[in-house]
Amino acid sequence: MLKSFEPNQIFLITSRAPKYVLFLFIIVLSIGLIEALILSPEDYKQSHSVRIMYVHVPSAWISLGIFSIISFLSLSIFVFKNKNFSLISKSLAPSGFVFSIIALVTGAIWGKPTWGTWWAWDARITSMLILALFYSIYLLSWRIFENKEQVIKITSIIAILGFINVPIVKFSVDWWSTLHQASSVNILSKTSIHPTMLIPLAIMTAAFALFSLLIFLMKYNTELIKIKNKGLDRL
Amino acid sequence: MYGKKVKLRILFLFLAVALVILSVYLVLKSLEENVVYFISPTEIKNLTEINQKKIRIGGMVKDQSIIIKSDKINFIVTDFKNEINVSYSGSVPNLFAEGKGVVAEGYLKDRNYFNAVKILAKHDENYMPPEVKKALEDK
Repeated sequence: MLKSFEPNQIFLITSRAPKYVLFLFIIVLSIGLIEALILSPEDYKQSHSVRIMYVHVPSAWISLGIFSIISFLSLSIFVFKNKNFSLISKSLAPSGFVFSIIALVTGAIWGKPTWGTWWAWDARITSMLILALFYSIYLLSWRIFENKEQVIKITSIIAILGFINVPIVKFSVDWWSTLHQASSVNILSKTSIHPTMLIPLAIMTAAFALFSLLIFLMKYNTELIKIKNKGLDRL
Repeated sequence: MYGKKVKLRILFLFLAVALVILSVYLVLKSLEENVVYFISPTEIKNLTEINQKKIRIGGMVKDQSIIIKSDKINFIVTDFKNEINVSYSGSVPNLFAEGKGVVAEGYLKDRNYFNAVKILAKHDENYMPPEVKKALEDK
């Protein structure tokens, strides 16, 4: 199973999935937006500008999560030489890249009214920019290199190297003094977001995750069709 | 379970990853001074020399320390161990207030006096509705 896979059989499932995912995404996004923009309260200090958080934080989470998955798959590609993993990685990257850009842009929009600046070269923001750069280099190298063996190798190496940056993004606010505030949602310690604000944050995260899944499935189907058109029934 | 080649690749990966983690740790350790966005009043007290380079200091705005005189704002930045006087002229961000975090960019006059050219508000990781905040304060 790890060595080969049947594009035809996978395609049977993945070609039907997008419309259900799209349907679910629209529902979850609508609930999330209503919660985030109308039902959730304003913040005691930031008042309404806190609402940018419901887009900013999920985008950052998703872009970090997707990069971690790509890196993990790339490690597996290196060990098991599995070609399906490289297709999955390739199909995951675009939505991760888009979300890293959204996180940077909404961060700037949020920073202006709260901190008083669009941009600061602090550790969190700079490492997030580096993540976006790694995404773009990763996506570009899929386009630039023609040789099939070569392109898989190069993109995997970029993803594995880029993973060094992931814990730096995550923990930069704890390790160094930064302008960016520390993380509010923690697994081990207490969460410092009030439940009325945590719920829309969770729903928006689910919506963005569904969007990533949708884009992934569409891209993955394209890749499978490409393989089918080449007349190969297996990789 | 796995073939010899696969095992060899896993071993190689482990070594490579360990090496990379170690080198990144060392690089970050040596760059520490450049990675921090601001320094605290205590670190300023411990400076061996004061130069005219632009730096950033950060901490809390001390309670009841903001004095506004025509176009000049004076306040005290504290990290609850040491404090430093800051003077600034210009507009401040909305979230700039007593008892809240602040980052000031500018020049050190001496260990107790800082001339700011830019003020940024640093907010914390707590988010809650105004009613909850009020209830917490009343407690």
